[in-house]
This record gives sequence, C-alpha cells and structure tokens, in this order.
Amino acid sequence: MANRQGTEDIAIVAVAQTPSYRAYQETEPLLLMSLTNEILTETGLERNDIDFTIAGSCDYLSGLPFAFVSNVDGFGAWPPVYESHLEMDGAWALFEAIVRLQMGDIDTALVAGSGKSSPGRPREIFALQTNPYYHAPIGLDPISMAGLQANAMLDAGKATEADFAEVVSRSRRDGLKNPFAQVAKDVSVDDLLAEPYHTQPLRKHDLPPISDGASMLLLARGDRARELTDKPVWITGIDHRMESSHPGLRDLTVSASTKIAADNLGIDGGAFDVAELCVRYSPEELLLKEALALTDSVRINPSGGPLCGHPVMATGLTRVCEAARLIRKGEAGTALAHAASGAALQQNLICTMKGDA
Amino acid sequence: MERCAVIGIGQTKYAKRHEITMDGLVRWAAKNALEDAQLDWKDIDAVVIGKAPDALEGVMMPELSLADALGAIGKPIHRVHTAGSVGASTAISAATLIESGMYDTVLTVGYEKQSDGNATWALGGGRSGSQGAGGSFAPWIRKYIMGSGAPPEVGIKVAVKDRLNALRNPNAHLHLYDITEEKVRESPMLWDPLHFLESCPSSDGAAAMVLSNKAGVEKSPNKPAWVIAHAKRTEFTQFPGRDTVKPQAGVDCAEALYKKAGITNPRKQIDCAEIYVPFSWYEPMWLEGHLITPEKEGWKMTLEGATEITGDFPVNMSGGVLSSNPIGASGMIRCLEAANQVRGTAGEYQIDGARVALGHAYGGAANYFAMWIVSSDPDPTF
Repeated sequence: MANRQGTEDIAIVAVAQTPSYRAYQETEPLLLMSLTNEILTETGLERNDIDFTIAGSCDYLSGLPFAFVSNVDGFGAWPPVYESHLEMDGAWALFEAIVRLQMGDIDTALVAGSGKSSPGRPREIFALQTNPYYHAPIGLDPISMAGLQANAMLDAGKATEADFAEVVSRSRRDGLKNPFAQVAKDVSVDDLLAEPYHTQPLRKHDLPPISDGASMLLLARGDRARELTDKPVWITGIDHRMESSHPGLRDLTVSASTKIAADNLGIDGGAFDVAELCVRYSPEELLLKEALALTDSVRINPSGGPLCGHPVMATGLTRVCEAARLIRKGEAGTALAHAASGAALQQNLICTMKGDA
Repeated sequence: MERCAVIGIGQTKYAKRHEITMDGLVRWAAKNALEDAQLDWKDIDAVVIGKAPDALEGVMMPELSLADALGAIGKPIHRVHTAGSVGASTAISAATLIESGMYDTVLTVGYEKQSDGNATWALGGGRSGSQGAGGSFAPWIRKYIMGSGAPPEVGIKVAVKDRLNALRNPNAHLHLYDITEEKVRESPMLWDPLHFLESCPSSDGAAAMVLSNKAGVEKSPNKPAWVIAHAKRTEFTQFPGRDTVKPQAGVDCAEALYKKAGITNPRKQIDCAEIYVPFSWYEPMWLEGHLITPEKEGWKMTLEGATEITGDFPVNMSGGVLSSNPIGASGMIRCLEAANQVRGTAGEYQIDGARVALGHAYGGAANYFAMWIVSSDPDPTF
C-alpha cells in the first residue's frame, strides 16, 4: 500500500493540558472542561464552531462502564455535536480526527485524551488488557512485561542498567522545567543505580508515576488553520501499527511496529529537532530511538516524558501537545511525537509535524 | 473524497456461545466477510473494531488481545466505543478510513460476548441493584405513549413482528416459533409497559464487513452496497427541558443524513430500514424521532402493518435487536443488514428490489446516534 498517511493541509492550532496529578480530587469531566475553555478562549471560537469532536478514555480506570458518557459534559454537547469516542489513548483519537478532516468537508476537530488512574490499582487493572484465557489469569501486568523486555535487552547485550538510569536521570532533570510534571528531580546515574530493584532489573524510577490528567488540541484545515492562529503546526504524517499479544511471538529487543510505521511514513531519523516519545519504562526509550533511527542530534523528551507524568489515555496525546508547543514557541522547527498502547510497546503511533518554515 | 462500499459481509450465529472464545467469534465473522469479498487477510490495510463497555467481559481495551485473531499484526487497528450506538459508529469510522483516501480496503468488526459476564450489572454502571437498560428507557416510553395516544398493543405488535422476521434469519438468537401477541402480553412485566418478550435478549456474537473504495469494488466479485451518507450526533445525557422522547441529537442526525443522501421524503425514498429497537416501543419512537413520519404517526405505521416485511416501509427484516443483541455488534448488524438488502443477499428476509436502505443505532441515555444510508446505486437519484 502506498504511503497516504502524509498530509500537509491539517494543522494543530491550539494545545492545552492539565498538570499530571498523583490524585486529582475532582471529576474527569472537570479536567476536560478546563481544557475546552482554555482552547475556546485562545482561539476565540464558540463551542458550536467546532465541526467534529473525538476523545480517548478508558472506562476501566474509574471502574465505571460508560464513564466516557459523562466526559461529554466536559467538552460540551448542546446544541447536539458531531462527536465520537475511542477506548484508547487520545493519540488514536487524533488519528481518527485527521482521517475525518482528510475527507475535506469539515474544517475543525477537537481532540481529547483523559484518564484518572488514582481511583484504582493500575498494576492489577492493566493485567486485564492481556489475553483473557492465557495471560490475565496469571496476572501478566505491564510492569512485569516491561521487566521481561528489559531483561531481554540486557541478555541480548543491547543495553545496560546504567543506560536505563541515563534515560531516567536526563528525563527527571528535564521535568524540573516542565510545569505539568508530577515527578522531577536532579539525580545522578550513580545515585539511581544505588536504589533497590522494584521489578528486576527495573528500579522504581524506571517506572512512570501513577497520574491523573488530560490533554486536548484543536485541529484545523488549510486556510481555517491560518485564520485561527499565526503559529500553525502542520501535521506531516501519522501512522500506527500493532504487534502480537503473545509475548513469545515477539522479539522484545526491538520495536517492530514502530519501525513499520516509521518506514511507511518514510521517516528520516535525523530530520527532527525534537522527539516526544511515550517512554513509560526507561528501557523503551532505547528501543524507540533505534526503531525510529533517531540520531543524537534529535532532542528526546525535553518535557521529561511519561517518566515525569503518566496520565493514562492522555499520555500519548500529551506527547503531541508537548511537541507542538515547542514548535509554537519557536524552539523547534520539526518534531516527532509517539504514543504507545499495551504492554511492552505492543502498539505504537507516530505523528510528525512542522512549523511554518 | 473517495467513495466507500461494503464488499464483504460476515456474521456468526447469535446465541449464548459458551463453546467459542472471543478471538474465535471475531475471527469467524471476519473470515466470513473476507470470503464474501473473496479477499485474504493480506488484502486488508487497516482494522476497526467496536464493542460496548469492557466491563461486559472483563477484558480491557480488547484490540490488544484480539489483534492476532483479526490478522491485524503489523497493521493499524483502532477501537471505537460510543455505548449502544458503537456498532454503527464503528462502521462509520471504518468508512471514513476509505473516504479519506488513506486506505484502500478496511475490515471492521463489532462483537460482544455477554455470556462471559453480567450485562445488566455492567450496564447499570457496575453497581448492584441495577435498573437495567429497560429501567432507564421505560419512563420515556410511558411519556411517548401518553403524548402520542398510542394504544398498548403497539409494543406487543412490534415484539411479535420482529420475532416472526427472525424465523427467516438463521443467524438470529431467538427463534420463537410459537410467538403470539397473547404470549407477549402474558409474559412477565419487567419495566412497565415493557413485558419480558418486548425486551432484547443477551447474546454473544460478532459481525464484520469489508469496506473498499471504487477500485476495490471494480475487482470485487459480488455486488457492492455503496455508502451514500453517514451521520453521528451526541447530546448531553440530561439537562432541564431535554426531550427524552424525541432527542434533538436524533433529529439533527437524521436531518444531516438525509441532506447528505439527497433524501427529501424518507418514508418514500428509503426502501427498508434496520433500526436499533432493543425495546419494542422504540420502533414507533424512532420512526418519529428520525423524521420518517410526523409526530404521533409512528405507532399508526406499526399498527397498520407498514413496518412488516410486506409493508411499504419494512423495519428490522432480520429480526432486529429484539431477536439478537450482542450489544457491541448490534449497531453494526443494523448497518450490515441494510447492506445485505441493497446487495440482494438477505436471503429469506430480502425485500424485493431494495435499492436504498437505512442502518441505525442509538446508545447511552438515547443521547448517541449513528446512522448510515447504503444503496445498490453509487449515485441514487430520488
């Protein structure tokens, strides 16, 4: 199939995100409502001016089937709106919004991702993502899977525990400059390596924090984008790919699906100023850097990444927001954002973007 | 914009399917759809799946565990969830993948395996003592009856009609050979005015479609069903002054749909419809709510037999949600059965010469709507 995931006619015209909270005491719709208002204020739009709205969230986090129905209260639906919902990270809602705009008959789309992990016990809940007959009964959770993946990398000689700690040290230090970060610290590799194991070979700092939060962005097409902002961030490509749910059928020392998406988009790993990667566990950064063939000139996760804040279902979309924000601030000209779903990078999405030259 | 058509249809038998896994159900439907399209897994560019809340089966974000069974490894796959309307929303999402020009051929699958859990518990917000979906809708049905002056037998008549239609459909869950109005009336009252036999069953099953563009249709051996128009609308679940009988989102959705399709007189220009009717009274309610007939006229269409398979506006020829309700698939089944009609592949429940058909689903507190119009003609004129 030819690469048709490229687009240069659709731009991010506004971004908004909440901080990552360890436990946000108010409701998920309230998280979303604050962002909706922020975006409407920034662009001067009324709710009715937005042609299409699509959100990503997960019922299971709050333990309430149809939790997403209340989220509609957060982005408004009166008079009735043209709207949809994915039970996925908001980054996949971005994918569908871009697809929808590509049809050419509408001009604006609001995209959201939101999640509150604090009400439950994520390690137990996320084990329910695995195969219900073979894996869920043994409680194969994402942290254990990340540990297996890290071990596979160590066994293959592709990384050392110090490499993992390097990722954490740099990310947590970068997080100090990010007002949305939940966990940030200036900490050396040696100090990190002196910490005890959590899930060997992973230490607690190799894991993301448990977070609540949301992010949102507004897309617009062509001339409409230029009307709404003088700093449009043009989407240059988006693709996402899946891998097997059976860990034994995967080579855990590579991110095969990320590479397929990158190849399909024809990505040049040296062509970006910045890459915001969905590094939920520190070893994942090494796998993603390799799969995307990112050169050392590409700045990875200047926001600190998910290791500084992991609002599940918004974590991926937040990467897009962070990357777009840097372009809007003039600190980057081109950027790559990445989102992931499932354990051990089972599913990956890449979105590339650039500012006005 | 690229044109999109249904070129393959697949379904499982709907029932309590204790003997097959979720992976097996979705693969079964997908394989049937591929065989109908005479395509193989390698011909599929992307997969879109839909289902109702994960709590129904206790599997979180099931696109992850079902990807292998759906041949989605190395491909894009995403999962839609818009409550009861999800099956139709999923079909529409898949159609946009084609219409945008991004992909040539897309597989879309909706499923539910209600026997793996307790749907009434899950649908009630995961709390004990749930009122169930019927408990939510019954007050609005009573409001419709009071406002429209409909006699009590209207719901009973729908319940019998859809079950008789189901006898023509081998995939239907319920095959109630001895169904009569008397039996419906004598069945237990669940949520006044809804009797047990005026309510949908809890089903397991999957439904699938292969969608493709114009080039795909040209290579396809069987007749296509062209997607002429689709529309979705959502409103708040509750607010003062909300019309719960004829929600504005349902009206807006229908208006947008007919406008796109070029339909000015839906009752005359649409040959037949598969409408999401989980509780009997929703047939007349949606006939009015989606502007097929004026207010207070929907129940007359039902009573006069207009919605029977021999009527002038047949509704739920396949037996509808009242005869099979694998929730996450139910909306897709409506879209797929509309396609079956215009392809001429509806077997014993085929409407002769059906050219334009409506597929419809609603969900949540009747605040989510998703609809599509398909036709045997890529550009039908009315």
